Amino acid sequence: MCLGIPGQVVEMHPTHEHLARVDVSGVGRMINIGLLEDENVVPGDWVLIHVGFAMSKIDEEEARLALASLQMMGEAFTDEVEALMTSPTTMTTGPTTRGDGERWEF
Amino acid sequence: MKFVDEYRDPVAARSVVARIVDLAGDDHFKFMEVCGGHTHTIYRHGIEHVLPEGVELVHGPGCPVCVIPMGRVDDAIAIAETPGVIFTSFGDMMRVPGSKGNLLGAKARGADVRFVYSPLDALRIAVDNPDRNVVFFAVGFETTAPSTAITLLHAREQRVTNFHVFSNHVTIVPPIKAILESPDLRLDGFLGPGHVSTVVGNRPYRFVPEKYGKPLVTAGFEPLDILQAIVMLLLQIRQGRCEVENQYTRVVRDEGNPRALQILAEVFELRPHFEWRGLGFISQSALRLRPEFADFDAELRYAVPGVRVADPKACQCGEVLKGVIKPWECKVFGTACTPETPIGTCMVSSEGACAAYYNFGRVHREVAVTLGRSR
Repeated sequence: MCLGIPGQVVEMHPTHEHLARVDVSGVGRMINIGLLEDENVVPGDWVLIHVGFAMSKIDEEEARLALASLQMMGEAFTDEVEALMTSPTTMTTGPTTRGDGERWEF
Repeated sequence: MKFVDEYRDPVAARSVVARIVDLAGDDHFKFMEVCGGHTHTIYRHGIEHVLPEGVELVHGPGCPVCVIPMGRVDDAIAIAETPGVIFTSFGDMMRVPGSKGNLLGAKARGADVRFVYSPLDALRIAVDNPDRNVVFFAVGFETTAPSTAITLLHAREQRVTNFHVFSNHVTIVPPIKAILESPDLRLDGFLGPGHVSTVVGNRPYRFVPEKYGKPLVTAGFEPLDILQAIVMLLLQIRQGRCEVENQYTRVVRDEGNPRALQILAEVFELRPHFEWRGLGFISQSALRLRPEFADFDAELRYAVPGVRVADPKACQCGEVLKGVIKPWECKVFGTACTPETPIGTCMVSSEGACAAYYNFGRVHREVAVTLGRSR
């Protein structure tokens, strides 16, 4: 839970300014970038992802470093990446529909 | 991967270690790394074995899983066992023992306990299950708390009424202060935490040099980052300086993340006091939901026991968390207490000092050789 996983922003969500599609180890995932609202995140930027949120903007070198460090952690890292990859929130492509039919959006 | 190699380069490490040996001379220094991520790097790379004997690293309370007291785990289990509740938690918290077992045990007994990656997953479960009440077990320092805060803002915006947060978020500065005031520990400086500082910045640490006369250097997570931060601490001491410095400028800015701090302040307020495992009650050291978010506060909604439970007698997590003893000096380390069947929290999380030492301590001598020096 304490790990920050690096990812590269691929595209911004067309209608939700606080969402972005991010490439994490070759897989596209939807990440909340609301905490970086003032930092002008654009496609190509690298971010550190923590529990589904982009926590900070980093440069490419730092992303490589962070990834190399994480890979050395073994199970703790693979568990965290698996959790990220299978999280319903990051797998969403956008708005979802609420159980009672009302439109509900992240 | 040139850059990575640079940070793992044995030749570079050797020259930094030589600098440390030179600066330390015959004196003895005790530095505390506050952050669990640093503890992990230190053991993973055998850093303690490349340092001269006069430079000792003490592992602090910076693992949010490790500092949750048993009473709060009991409270979590009580909520989880309330009929109709779906209890959601980060995976790390599932095996943390309370006085009568852990959340996995509650799940085995029939409670609906689910592991989530993000607080947003918990909110989604609430939306998908309008007939059930969903509680999120929120833990973490200022690194994680903004994510819970944003999730609560979403929940309010979307008028989700079946989502509640059991907040155990803690703040980084008060435990540092508590350690500085602890009579059984003499420290010469701190390695400041990495990720949490991306949120809070470096300014909140100024009291460390100003009030307590100890230097603090915010450090990155690579072995060379740690070694360089130790050089910076020793240089301050040798040059008669005492200040907050930033070794991790690649990521941490002095002002932190103002947006995240603003969202935190909007949703959370400081509790008058909160119990920390091993450190006892520390005033204004944890976050609870502001009255405006009372409808989302699990503590107001559920009857939690709220009873303080003393740690098991055999467990010395408290001394480990304060850096008074090393993990392997604990009586139950590696025997009664292992990562598979932890007694104390330090053995549960991979960033806990005991688990880190248990996993890597036995191999770190060989790793240390690749870093250039072994003693």
